[in-house]
This record gives sequence, structure tokens and C-alpha cells, in this order.
Amino acid sequence: MTDIPANAGAPPRRTAFELARRYALFVLLAIMLVGFWWAQPAFINSANLFSILQAVSVVAILGVGVSITMSAGGFDLSVGSVAASSVMAASYAMVVLQLGAGETFALVLLMGALIGLANGLLIVKVGVPDLLATLSTMFLLAGLQLIPTGGRSITAGMMLPDGSTAKGAYDPAFLILGRSRLFDIVPLPVVVMALVAVVAWFLMERTRFGRVFYAIGGNETAAHLAGAPTKAYRLWAYVISGTLASLGGLIIASRVGRGDVSAGASLLLDAVAASLIGFAVLDKRRPHVLGTVLGAIFVGVLLNGLTMLNAPYYTQDFVKGVVLVGALALTFGLGKRAR
Amino acid sequence: MPSASPSSAAPYAVAVSGVEKAFGPTRALAGADLAVRPGEVVALMGANGAGKSTLVKIISGSLIPDAGTITLGGRTVSFASPREAKAAGIATVHQATDQAGAAGLTVAENLLLDEFCGRGPLFVSGRSIRKRAKAIAAALDLDLPLDRDFIDLRPAERQLIAIARAVGAKASVLILDEPTSSLSTTEAERLFTIIRRLAADGMAILYISHRLGDLAAIADRAVVLRGGVIVGEFAQPIDFPAAVTAMIGRRLEAATHAGEGSASPAILSIRDARLVPGARPFDLDLRSGEVVAITGTLGSGKSRLLRVLFGLAGLDSGTVTLDGAPWHSSGPAASIAGGVFMVAEDRWASSLLPPETPGASIAGTIALPHLPRWFPSGILDTARERAVGNDAIRRLGIKARNADDTLDQLSGGNQQKVVLARWQAAPCRLLLLDEPFQGVDVGARADLIAAIRNSQSASATLIATSDTEEALEVADRILVMRDHSLFAADDGHGSLAAAIGSVETAEISQP
Repeated sequence: MTDIPANAGAPPRRTAFELARRYALFVLLAIMLVGFWWAQPAFINSANLFSILQAVSVVAILGVGVSITMSAGGFDLSVGSVAASSVMAASYAMVVLQLGAGETFALVLLMGALIGLANGLLIVKVGVPDLLATLSTMFLLAGLQLIPTGGRSITAGMMLPDGSTAKGAYDPAFLILGRSRLFDIVPLPVVVMALVAVVAWFLMERTRFGRVFYAIGGNETAAHLAGAPTKAYRLWAYVISGTLASLGGLIIASRVGRGDVSAGASLLLDAVAASLIGFAVLDKRRPHVLGTVLGAIFVGVLLNGLTMLNAPYYTQDFVKGVVLVGALALTFGLGKRAR
Repeated sequence: MPSASPSSAAPYAVAVSGVEKAFGPTRALAGADLAVRPGEVVALMGANGAGKSTLVKIISGSLIPDAGTITLGGRTVSFASPREAKAAGIATVHQATDQAGAAGLTVAENLLLDEFCGRGPLFVSGRSIRKRAKAIAAALDLDLPLDRDFIDLRPAERQLIAIARAVGAKASVLILDEPTSSLSTTEAERLFTIIRRLAADGMAILYISHRLGDLAAIADRAVVLRGGVIVGEFAQPIDFPAAVTAMIGRRLEAATHAGEGSASPAILSIRDARLVPGARPFDLDLRSGEVVAITGTLGSGKSRLLRVLFGLAGLDSGTVTLDGAPWHSSGPAASIAGGVFMVAEDRWASSLLPPETPGASIAGTIALPHLPRWFPSGILDTARERAVGNDAIRRLGIKARNADDTLDQLSGGNQQKVVLARWQAAPCRLLLLDEPFQGVDVGARADLIAAIRNSQSASATLIATSDTEEALEVADRILVMRDHSLFAADDGHGSLAAAIGSVETAEISQP
């Protein structure tokens, strides 16, 4: 094609500005790493770096679920509650029902998938808008998880609401997930996060299924008229998200070793923030798996570094907010101008 | 207006002379003159792109002309915004009725909406709103359900609110842009009664419509616009065939196609079909290699017929046969698998993805419906998509750098070529095109028509368009849809004007 219309956009050259926007988060991450290293040399050692990754692994896994629902035009607000309920369910299964590690795993993952299915059915069949459906599920679960134990945390030998004492305990095999390391270096949660990220990335970026998820998010009518089973896809997005959230809950339970009623309080907002920060990664302006994981790591590095520099804990949410606002401004504001 | 005098040379209520307007290299108006007297209903006719809407926008203050003057009641005026034009007494009712009011407010509140948004009183009570709204409705003799929510109203009722709101502000000129396009015959009749009464009260009315039947019923005078200038004026009784010839020009006659292909086997047969309960049943046969166009106004049922064939809606009664077998589609996926493809109207709403979405490129847009068949394992092969995309770019002359360009970088015509290429990328039995030339410039339209006519001689093509001119250009055969039933409009050999005449008389004569 020689006669390109004047409005066909710029020729394929990357201006410095475009490059800067594309890799802005990578560059900032590198600057942060170097800055913290300079201020506190203990920051850069494998133990600390892996502890950062371990700290963000649950948020990243939940964020991947959120970003998959977002890619299909939805939004799963229930991931935090699903993870918290999973902590309670895993503890209840072992401590009260005296199940083993394998059964507990299967049960909790199934529970997450079913909650996702319920979300999906509420949205696709009943017709409740995504945000409202998952918001109500969030409330429902936050309350439901307290009922079996009368609102108390679950530990071995606890008193049950009927006055008896729980006879079970955490299966040592269960705790391996949260407390051991691959080759004595890489914490298992980090390995799980990496596996989830790679599989989800492949699903979303390299298969036709991912293409259809994004097509539904971009224009559901167009996807439907092109023959895509849009309702089934939206249902699946919530099933995947629910399952990943319960996986996150299992990791927390196996790290903490008890069913804490306050577990996962900030998980939802952190996971959503990771997904949204991910919009800016590689200037994609859409939810994507790589961006979500990087967004979670970005926040983790920043918080870890600031903590090492003795920043008080109560500034953490403020810092997350600043990063989120900056990333969204980068995605939407500056991006629009250059287009 | 102190200068106004009721002499024999009564000042026009509104007059424009020598108005010019260019958008870049395109001259939308090249010195148009138009005048409407008080109490007169003037029909403004013209094909798509003739400059009708530009002229309306200039009179109603949305656009500022490059040259020329506008006089209102004999006084030269210039409007910097629609608000100024409205304040000067020019009321405009646009085609889209969903913007005629605000959802969530009642009809009464909507009638007073301009007052609320402007310098109305600070405190309002339900009773005073109702009282004043009733007065407005009574002044126009409108029968409106004052307590209903705007969102529950039918298009016709919304239109009446738009008119009431427009007229409520002491207008001397009323512009109606395609007001009957979404109305039933009875509703249109009711509208005409109101228009006649407003004209009798001395209002000048400029009426834009494609429907010649409307113009015959309401217009005192017809003015034809073509290529940005007035090419003809017709006084009552209006000679519509002559007006249509003036509207379209003669250039297009060569582009009509001789009716052929009657010997080829039928691909699609529809028998005794009722689209909606109570409609007159009709038959339709489509033969292989045939391109058939259905014209008719918005809401006449032509889109519905396409949606029925694509499996998005059901027939009230009747049978559909595709290649000799009964055709019942459960939805788009089943239709596509059966070789029935549809390009729905409004490509951005129905076919295209926003640019940041993966698969929003030319290659991805073409591939979307074919993903399950092209990549049964699920893993994408982008090289294959790109090859199909580049082939489409070459074949259809799409102006793009390569198949990775996103659709928002292309012009409307090139976007439509990509959408057409999507459905030519797989073997097809029946191609359904709904308003395929919407927002497409003349050059690209010719390319699209060539692509539609040259593609797959073994399939049939059914096109729905509200534009008779487009139908004549693309089709072997033209049918008219009116009140959800089909009528033949064209003997296949007659002249252009006769063909259009028969289309339009079908519209006029059908009750």
C-alpha cells in the first residue's frame, strides 16, 4: 500500500514518549530497586527479594482472577471474601471435620469454583449487573464464614458453638504449601504464583479462548453476533476467578496455620489495585495477566522498601493509593493525548 | 421585530442564501438558497450526502457557514450555538427520539426541562409542574400521559415531547428531521395533524424526510438538494417522479444491474411468512449468485427479516428452507456453522472491538467468527490470521499499512470493507447485509458493491437498506418492505425513475 490516508495514524516508529510510557513501570521498578539498595544494602539479597514475592503471591493470584473477569467485561469484587472464606473452610475441614490435606484442598477449591459459578449464574442467568452481584456475594460470604464457628477463629482444640471441643488439627502436609521452599530457596507460594501466571498468560494471550474473553469485554454484541457463546465464557471467567481466589485462601491458611476471622481483610483492594496498575504495563490499557503480576510486585517492592526505611505501617494504604492513581493517570490521561 | 411589515412581499420566516460549508476538501454546501414563509410547510429532499443535514445544522446554529447569510423575519442573523438559534425562535426536532427528554423524569417534568435547566424558579412543586405542563400540552392540543416516566414512552410519544419542548419556547420556525422514521402510519397521521395546526398558526416548517408519502401528505412545496446546491423546486401538487430524478441525478442509471439468474437454483425459500402477528404473509426466493435488496423505512421490518434468518428472532408463522432443508437457527453460532452470515447495521456497535482489545486489528477482526474452525486446538496462529488479513487488504483495496492496523485508524468505508472481508473468509450460503453502506463514502461504496457482486457466485446475498439509491446500485432485484410485509418494486428492466416511482408508490399506496 503506497497511498496511506492522512488519518491512518503515524508510521510504525516508536517515539521516545511512547517508549517511556510502554516501559514506565519497568523503569520505575528498577529505579526503586536501585534506590532501596543504595539506602539499605540488605534490601537486595535473595531472602528479602523472595520474601517480597511471597508476600505478594496471594494478591497476584487473586489479581489474575480479577483481571480475567475484567477482560470479559465483568468485575469480581468477591475474590477477597472467597479467599477469606477459604481460609476458614480449610481450617474447619481439618480442625473440626478432621479431614486430611488432600481432601481439604479439593474441598476448598471446589467451594471456590462453586462460588464463582454462583456469581456467574447470578450475572448471566438472573441478569444482575456484575459489580452488584459480586458485591452481594462478598457480603454474603463475609457473614457466612462466621456462622459455623460462632464468629471465632479456628484453632486446634477450640471450643465449638455446641460446647464440645474440636478434635482435629492442621495436617502437617497441608502446611508444606505455605511454609516450605523449592530447592530451599524459592517459597512454594511463589512457585504457585508463577505457575498460575504462566498458565493464565498463555490462556489469555495465546489461545482463541483468551481472544474471545477479550472480545466479550470489548464488545459483547459483536462477540455474540460472531457466534461466540458469550454467556458460557462469562460464566467460566467467574469460575476461574473463584477457584483462583480459593487457591489464594489455601496459601494463606497453610502459612498462618489457623482460621483467622480477620484474614484477607485488604486482599480485595490489593488485588483490584494490582489489576488496575497492570493496565499501564506495556501500555496495554486493558487488564492483562503479566501486568497484574507486575502490578502486585511493584506495590510489594515499594512497601517492603519503605518498611525497611522505617516508614510507619499506617502509610501503606496511602502509598498504594498514590501508585494506583499514578498508574491510571499514565494509562488513561497521558495515553489519550498521544493517540 | 420592528422592521417586519405584512406587505405582499411578506418577509420569509427564515431564509438562507448563498450558504457554503466545506469540511476539509469536501464541499457539503456550495451556495444553497432556501426560504420558508410563515405558515408554509417546505419539504427538503435529497439523497444521502446531498447536504441536507449540513443545511439543517447551519440553520439551527450547530454549524457556522463559511459564506452566505441567514435571515430570520427579514433580519440578518448569525448563530454561534444551537442555544442562540433556539432563543431566536428556531426549534429543531432531531431524528433520535431517545434524546428528546431525560429518563427518570415524568412527561410533565420533561416538558418543563428547559426551564429547570435554564433560569427557572428555584423551588418547584409537583402540582405547579403538572399545571404548567398541562398548559403546554393543551396549547398544542397534545394528549400526553403527564405522569408516565419518559423511559416508558413509545418513540412516537417521545417525538411529541420533543416537538412540545421545541415549540414551547415561542418558536417561529420548526425544523423536523426525519420525524416519521420510527412512527407507525397512524402515529404519523397524528403528527401531520399537529404540523398542519402549527402551520395554520403561522409557524414556518422545514420538513426533512426520505418518505415521499409523507411529503405528499404534508408539504406545500418541495425543495431538492443535490451536491450542496438546490437543483429543483416543486410546488403543490408535487411531481414526485421528477423530484426523485432531480434528487438522484442520472449518473446512477448505468450502475443498475439487469435482472438475471432466474434459472439458477434457489438457495433460500420463504413461504407464507409472517414476521409479526397480523402482518400480510409473503414469499421470497433467493437464487444462487443473486443480490437482492430490501428497502423500506426504519421499523418496516427489513432488519427483522434478516435477524430471523440469522437466528436472532423467530417468525410468527411460515417456513424457511435453505438448500432444500428446513432452516431453524438457534442463534449466531448455529447460523455461522450453517453458512448463513450476517453483517449487522452500525458496525461499531455490532462488529468491531475497541482498539486496545487484543484482536481489534484487521487480522483479528476478520478472524473472530472463524476462530473455532481455524484453530481447533485453541492455540492461535497469528501468521495465519495475518495472511488472511493481508489478502483482504489486497483484494478489497483496504487503505491500511498492514493487517495489524486497528480499525479506528481506518475510514468508515475501509472499516466496512474489513467487516465484509470477515464474512468472505469462509464459504457462505447466504450473506445478510443490514445497511452495509452506512457512513461509507461514495468511492468506498463502489468498491464494496464490486466486492459484494463479485464474491462467491454460489451464494445468495440479501441486503437491507433504507436508501433506494443504494439498493438500485447494488441489487439485481429490489423488494420493498412495508408494515412487515414484502412487495415487489422493480420489473428489472425499467428506468431508474420508474423503479423508484414504483418503490415510492408502494409506500404511498399501502395503507
